[in-house]
Amino acid sequence: MNTYDRRQLVSRVMLGLCVVCVVVVIAPLLLIIGYLIYQGISSINPALFTQMPKPVGETGGGMANAIAGSLLLLGLASCFGVVVGVMTGIYLAEFGDNRFGFFVRFFSETLNSTPSIVIGIFAYTIIVVPTRHFSALAGAFALGVIMVPIIARTTEDMIRLVPTSLREASLALGVNKWRTIFRVVLRTASPGILTGIMLALARAAGETAPLLFTAFGSRFWTLSVNEPISSLPVQIYTYAISPYEDWHRQAWAGALVLIGIVVLMGLAARFLAAKSSLVRGARRR
Amino acid sequence: MAADSIAKRLKAPAVLARGRLADRAFYTATFIFAGLVLIIVAAIFIELVAMSWPSLIKFGPRFITSTAWDPVARKFGALPLIFGTVVSSTLALLLALPLGLGVAIFLSDIAPSWLKTPVGFLVELLAGIPSVVYGLWGIFVLAPVVMDHLAPWLNRYFGWLPLFKGASYGVGMLTAGLILALMVVPFITSVSREILMTVPRDQREAALALGMTRWEMIRYAVLPYGRVGIIGAAILSLGRALGETMAVTMVIGNTPKISASLFNPAYSMAAAIANEFTEASSPLYLSALIEVGLVLFGVTFIVNALARLLIWRVGGGRKRVRL
Amino acid sequence: MKNRVEVHDLSAWFDEQQVLFDINVAIEDKCVTAIIGPSGCGKSTFIRCVNRMHETVPGARMSGRVLLDQDDIYAPVVDPVAIRKRIGMVFQRPNPFPTMSIFDNVAAGLKLNGFRRNAELQEIVQRSLEQAALWDQVKDRLGEAGASLSGGQQQRLCIARALAVEPEILLMDEPCSALDPAATQRVEDLLVELQNDYAIVIVTHNMQQAARVSKYTGFFLNGSLIEFDDTSRIFTIPRDKRTEDYITGRFG
Repeated sequence: MNTYDRRQLVSRVMLGLCVVCVVVVIAPLLLIIGYLIYQGISSINPALFTQMPKPVGETGGGMANAIAGSLLLLGLASCFGVVVGVMTGIYLAEFGDNRFGFFVRFFSETLNSTPSIVIGIFAYTIIVVPTRHFSALAGAFALGVIMVPIIARTTEDMIRLVPTSLREASLALGVNKWRTIFRVVLRTASPGILTGIMLALARAAGETAPLLFTAFGSRFWTLSVNEPISSLPVQIYTYAISPYEDWHRQAWAGALVLIGIVVLMGLAARFLAAKSSLVRGARRR
Repeated sequence: MAADSIAKRLKAPAVLARGRLADRAFYTATFIFAGLVLIIVAAIFIELVAMSWPSLIKFGPRFITSTAWDPVARKFGALPLIFGTVVSSTLALLLALPLGLGVAIFLSDIAPSWLKTPVGFLVELLAGIPSVVYGLWGIFVLAPVVMDHLAPWLNRYFGWLPLFKGASYGVGMLTAGLILALMVVPFITSVSREILMTVPRDQREAALALGMTRWEMIRYAVLPYGRVGIIGAAILSLGRALGETMAVTMVIGNTPKISASLFNPAYSMAAAIANEFTEASSPLYLSALIEVGLVLFGVTFIVNALARLLIWRVGGGRKRVRL
Repeated sequence: MKNRVEVHDLSAWFDEQQVLFDINVAIEDKCVTAIIGPSGCGKSTFIRCVNRMHETVPGARMSGRVLLDQDDIYAPVVDPVAIRKRIGMVFQRPNPFPTMSIFDNVAAGLKLNGFRRNAELQEIVQRSLEQAALWDQVKDRLGEAGASLSGGQQQRLCIARALAVEPEILLMDEPCSALDPAATQRVEDLLVELQNDYAIVIVTHNMQQAARVSKYTGFFLNGSLIEFDDTSRIFTIPRDKRTEDYITGRFG
């Protein structure tokens, strides 16, 4: 075989390997989703959403409290995460081209890549220790902290995309700066900002570790902020590592619901981004 | 006319004074919230140090070097935890880097356009799967496969290596490394893909016009440009793997022992915290666990800062990584 | 007619680069004053100094005095926001607010400042659109997006928006440069009407336009005001050779 043929062969082999890589990566994904559906779909029934967990060893029951708990935690977390994240994003976009802004961005990224369990420890020391008990508040705080960097980053990017001409149009009308930012700039950037919030929610929805010793978990139906509360990911975890077959089955069902929630939020985020003319304009560049 | 007076009223001094004050208040408010981010990070560090103080004093540097993680005997050496974390993450990276790069090359240079979107979407979907779901799949699907098929196969052909000695019980370092690799691949792919896409088209075409094969074009005209960025992405992914908790704790075996064989169960820093935090029976125990958290925080901080410095230098400024 | 605006020794910088050099000029009420000159000569910067928009650019500064009815608008006690309510501006490219309807766009200057009395707003919006010669074309679709109009209509929308705040002076920065000839004609007709009520300053690189609509014309070159005179005189017997060169097309 002459050198040219050999080089062609090498090329084919290497490119083939890349295709193999794709298969090796996609296959487990399909397996996971497939398995989830296979194992979980039979257990998706109204009981899952309406019933409470049964005592240890008994079969049946549902995850109503876990699903409600997750919704409550996410709702509370958003209050903190959205406000801090959006305001930080506004600062960085409008006033943040300075030293202080640089540090805020740097440490926001640091926060983003901090392991979520460490954030859980932080929430524990800040809230659980002084109040001497686990609570939904502590869990929501941990999730909120996780949401902040994602929302801040998207908000800053989206605000920066708003053209100067719009700001000038508002200022030239005699509208002061803060109203210009709130009523004109933010309004124009809001689909993009909402996308960021959805993405942050999708991430927070799947977080388990920070809830393990903040919200802790509960067998009961509770919507109280000051008590431990169940959540979907923690419930899945508890069931998965237990020795009971029936609980394993429910874990699969719960995982399917969780994935469904995460995928839905991701799709919603994508849809919002497509609707936003700002994002479309940026992509074209 | 009443309508006329609106504009006049707008220009009243009281209205204008309020406006100026409001501008100032608005700036201050956003400034405070932005500062909150700094305060939170500082507070995390301070709280970690403060709450691990008893353990810090009692064990000192021995904490990181001692191999005995023995809650019963009140001896807390974190080396097995660090070992497990580092080895499982390194294994994950070794697997994920070529895999992720291969997928990125496929998406940027090989795939026909109709295939790019679905494959890209699927890979991104991998990134969105929660850790606990990976763990669930790991326990019930991957671990048995490792135990019954992969480990014996590795043992048969590579058992002379200390890495693959012995039998597997399904959960262990190898399984943890495999799951982590799967979790980390999407990040490597997405960053590599972006980097590869910035290489201009004419570079590629010039290489092909010179008579290079497709692979040679990729290897000599495309990859060299992305090298630093891809390394940065790899380090970032390492950072992520180091902190991964749920999937790891569900498949690593939770045994604080250091051993050469990948088949044996092991432990990781995050897994230890997750498992034992609520069981910590003494203040010293708790503070030891929090010290583990401190080490984890420090390690991931350094790794991530390093990676971002690399990527930042490649991007030439304010380039953000879409992770 | 009296002078509404007097400019004394106005200079302006962007960081270290000086772009305006000791401008002295007066703007008369109830007529159109045109500012002409080649690109980059400082025309836009000049009018942006008049409504204190120049300072919104990071690194921008100015010196000198600008008097509105004998009050220095750059005095420390003065709020720039107040000035911009009295001196309105229309920009080169139409910039209606994309998320707002036609009605809301026109009412923006009022609504954004907190005035929401609907009945009064209706009156003002209608009056402003009539002044901008747009009312008949949009009266049935006030709820539609501002961005759904043609270029020329959008610019007249922006004019209506500026008028709704009842400014005393109207500054226009090359308002027709992004418009087709038909739309340009309509805006020019508008100016002839509006000058009965407002002092208007229009920056234009189109000399024919300046000759058509304005009473006075100022010629800028490299940041300085070279000549300022009755339009009829500038275009027929300019005093400065540079003015003559520009007008006859030797450069620009």
